[in-house]
Amino acid sequence: MINFKINNIDIACEENTTILAAARQHNIDIPTLCNYPDLEIKSECRVCVVEIDGRKKLFTSCSTIATEGMIINTNSPKVLNARKTIIELILANHDASCTACPKNLNCELQSLANKLGIDDNRFPTVLEVKPLDNKNPVLIRNINRCIKCGRCIDVCKNVQSMSVLDVMGRSKDIEITPAYGKFLSDEYCVYCGQCASVCPVGAIIEKDDTDPVWEAINNPHLHVVVQVAPAVRVSLGEEMGMEAGSIVTGKVVAALKYLGFDAVYDTDFTADLTILEEGTELITRVTTGGTLPMMTSCCPGWISFAEQRYPEILDHLSTCKSPQQMFGALAKSYYAEKMELKPKDIFVVSIMPCTAKKYESQRVEMRIDNVNPDVDVVLTTRELSKMIKQMGINFESIEEVPFDKPFGITTGAAAIFGATGGVMEAALRTVYEIVNKEELTNLDFKSVRGLEGLKEAEVELGGQKVKVAVAHTLENAKLMCEQVKAGTSPYTFIEVMCCPGGCIGGGGQPYGTTKEVRQKRIDAIYSVDENMEIRKSHKNPDILALYEDYLEKPNSHKAHHLLHTYYHARKK
Amino acid sequence: MIQMKLISKRFGSINPLSIDSYMNADGYKGLEKALKMHPNKIIDELEKSRIRGRGGAGFPAHTKVRALSKQSGDKYIVCNADEGEPGNFKDRSIMENDPHAIIEGMIILAYATGASKGIIYIRGEYQNAIMIMKASIKAAEEKGLIGENIQNKSFDFKIEVRSGAGSYVCGEEFSLIESIEGKPGRSRTKPPYPTEKGIHNLPTLINNVETFANFSHIILMGGDEFAKIGTKSSTGTKLISLSGNVKNKGLYEVPFGTSIRDVIFKLGKGVKNNRKIKMVQLGGAAGPIIPEYMLDMSIDFDRFENFDSKTGTGAIIVIDDRFDLFDILLINMKFFVNQSCGKCAPCREGHVQIVNLLNKFINHRATEKDLMSLENLANVIQQTSLCGLGQSSMTSIISSLRYFRDDYFSKVRY
Ligand SMILES: Cc1cc2nc3c(=O)[nH]c(=O)nc-3n(C[C@H](O)[C@H](O)[C@H](O)COP(=O)(O)O)c2cc1C
Ligand code: SF4
Ligand code: SF4
Ligand code: SF4
Repeated sequence: MINFKINNIDIACEENTTILAAARQHNIDIPTLCNYPDLEIKSECRVCVVEIDGRKKLFTSCSTIATEGMIINTNSPKVLNARKTIIELILANHDASCTACPKNLNCELQSLANKLGIDDNRFPTVLEVKPLDNKNPVLIRNINRCIKCGRCIDVCKNVQSMSVLDVMGRSKDIEITPAYGKFLSDEYCVYCGQCASVCPVGAIIEKDDTDPVWEAINNPHLHVVVQVAPAVRVSLGEEMGMEAGSIVTGKVVAALKYLGFDAVYDTDFTADLTILEEGTELITRVTTGGTLPMMTSCCPGWISFAEQRYPEILDHLSTCKSPQQMFGALAKSYYAEKMELKPKDIFVVSIMPCTAKKYESQRVEMRIDNVNPDVDVVLTTRELSKMIKQMGINFESIEEVPFDKPFGITTGAAAIFGATGGVMEAALRTVYEIVNKEELTNLDFKSVRGLEGLKEAEVELGGQKVKVAVAHTLENAKLMCEQVKAGTSPYTFIEVMCCPGGCIGGGGQPYGTTKEVRQKRIDAIYSVDENMEIRKSHKNPDILALYEDYLEKPNSHKAHHLLHTYYHARKK
Repeated sequence: MIQMKLISKRFGSINPLSIDSYMNADGYKGLEKALKMHPNKIIDELEKSRIRGRGGAGFPAHTKVRALSKQSGDKYIVCNADEGEPGNFKDRSIMENDPHAIIEGMIILAYATGASKGIIYIRGEYQNAIMIMKASIKAAEEKGLIGENIQNKSFDFKIEVRSGAGSYVCGEEFSLIESIEGKPGRSRTKPPYPTEKGIHNLPTLINNVETFANFSHIILMGGDEFAKIGTKSSTGTKLISLSGNVKNKGLYEVPFGTSIRDVIFKLGKGVKNNRKIKMVQLGGAAGPIIPEYMLDMSIDFDRFENFDSKTGTGAIIVIDDRFDLFDILLINMKFFVNQSCGKCAPCREGHVQIVNLLNKFINHRATEKDLMSLENLANVIQQTSLCGLGQSSMTSIISSLRYFRDDYFSKVRY
């Protein structure tokens, strides 16, 4: 134990604890800017400096280890002045047009400036305005707002192994930009949005697509349907001031109805459908000597990664579309017929935890008529919260309502799609029963749950032990791909999710996603599962009815046409 | 005799391109003696000598050496020959006149610490020095002084030459390490320190050229004897790069404790055309600016510490009364605007604003408030910057605010 003092308070902490961590353990607040809980310590912004007795310089609390007998002052006049000066310097080179920024009231720089009492800047602006990077369908980079904190570089490189973003140039002219050119493009970026999720300011933001949604809602000729992804119901509450991990399923539906959508459906339904299609595909591959291991395909960030970096393993990917796109395809076929509507009069909106879904919905493969997108607009959790706030809905007190029919019944298996390991677990629940022709008694495959980067499990299928694996983040996906490429993968089935924690940690989720928050969202997801009446996809009566009515059977010709897709290597 | 030639004693009298010429002038005798000693004993001698690093900061050399010797596995020894600090040419002179002295010092440290990889990182503009160092390494290899199983002492040591793209910040330890790793030269968060995690995360010891050139002398004469040269806090001699408006510019070597005035007037023969000295900048662009009346100050790390800067490189730049304080400050600050690596906020954004403020003074548009802003900003950059660049770049401003305050007031508009 190390004993020392912060602001005259006696502190005891473990050896090798930074001053910042020790202070936080004792509820002493030290402002930070470049620091982000799960990322590397950068000590670049220098905002978290503190004064240590007997030393002339100031020290960054994020990187300085507390030692025995230190006397630390976090708020001396020298410290306060330094902090304020640094923020003023940063503001003088920042496009601080706050009311014109989507991060307004959500911006860490803005709230820091406010906290430090900055109302006037001693330094004149030195900003040289540069053009926006807004040519892609997903993210907008506004370099004029970038404060060079390096967080985005860190996630993109160390969590996603993509290294798209880097520091270019030097001295006052440094820019944080794509290393391959000035603009993000689908040749090298997977649009996972993890960079946007950690950016403290409004320098990387998803494209705001709420306008076309409002227009559609207000267009009397359009039948506007919306689907809600599994991960949204355990995170949207945070945007509305509720605790992380609050389950708000019924409230989301109610809010969407209030916003004016004609029908509100659950992506969980097509998640169940995915399990039947993908499970059947797996069984076919295993029994007919098809390409193994099979890898899941519901995550568009992961698909882009495979297409860009591992084109040689594309035939390992399941041909199933993601649940979002299965929904879109059904909405413009089966549903249109059922509702006696023309597909072009149906407008499909998705609420997703994900920025890459915006890209997915625009892929040419995702158009059953080869012309119009099956999903018209994708909104992130954050964009939905914006619409709810615009309408002044009191979210916490809104009365819960159920999802609409005909896609009304869903299962616990679908609910867990939102967490890493969920697709695997859901698939195992189904594949086990179909192959072994016996009831699965213990539904919980605990070894594939949780935030561990790589997880594996062994199951007995048809008298044979089969190994499966789960990877999340592209850094871990890379390890799986290397094995598959080398032909050394010991697995039969691999689930890959691009974002840390799976979709609950997606790039479109509420800001401030940390390990702790991810765990809370995951816990919420599994409690949704536990409380479901049906917990296996193949026991979903609505799914069975859909096959009976329309799709015939899993992997039928019709199912293939609507629910499956193909991949292609991308040039680089 | 003000000069005392230890490091420069062979300058001009040996052929730098001949290892035999070096060996005939006591070359590699220190190494020979060191190889008969226990490695720890060598470090003990360095400790007794109390030698401090000659790269600017004056850090006790033995502390770093001991720290490296305690690390296991592969380790690096790096000779910092980036010499980017304006007004300095001592490291180039050593490389061009007595290259083997540096190599010998590196081998001694390799033996003392068990490091097997050596790198000499030379400023790209120093083409001649690069050529000489490469040739000298080859000659030492041929004599079996570098390579495998050196002198049957079962230790291996290789040295290679790397050259930098000529950026000033690459002289800073971590930027230098990044640059050697092939990345742009930008500093890193400390801790860990280089002796824990340096090049490719291996323990790394970085010393200045002149520091290395001292080691063989220390071993030969013994640490205690070496410590008798100079002053209590600063032992040995110092190479001085004397430049600016003085009659006899050039490189001189004096024992620590010699006064700056003696260097300028006795060795440099005073100011050209007998003009008056307006100010003297010590160390380089990152050093303090002092007035004429302070020239009796002796060359001594403890005295330099008052300035929190890299004064210890040994540069003395004399500026006569034709120049205005702000001419010099502006040159210095524009230099730092360009040399900042851009990694940390106070240095990246601060220097730009310092130049803006200086321009206000130069154009007689500064107010008292600007004076306060300048003083405050200079202090914040110095107190909070991540690496030595930002921590030392403000020295000329801060010192001149102390000794030339009237110059500032004379430009303030009331
Ligand atoms: C911006 C900057 C530039 C530096 N340039 C040099 C240099 O050119 N040569 C050098 O020996 N040390 C330079 N240093 C000091 C080194 O970081 C380091 O302290 C030194 O090489 C250690 O050697 P020493 O202990 O022998 O002095 C520089 C430091 C800073 C902050
Ligand atoms: S979206 Fe993902 S891959 Fe693209 S730059 Fe951001 S973090 Fe990197
Ligand atoms: S874009 Fe955002 S996260 Fe990236 S360096 Fe700039 S401010 Fe930081
Ligand atoms: S002080 Fe300057 S040179 Fe050093 S890390 Fe900061 S920006 Fe880079």
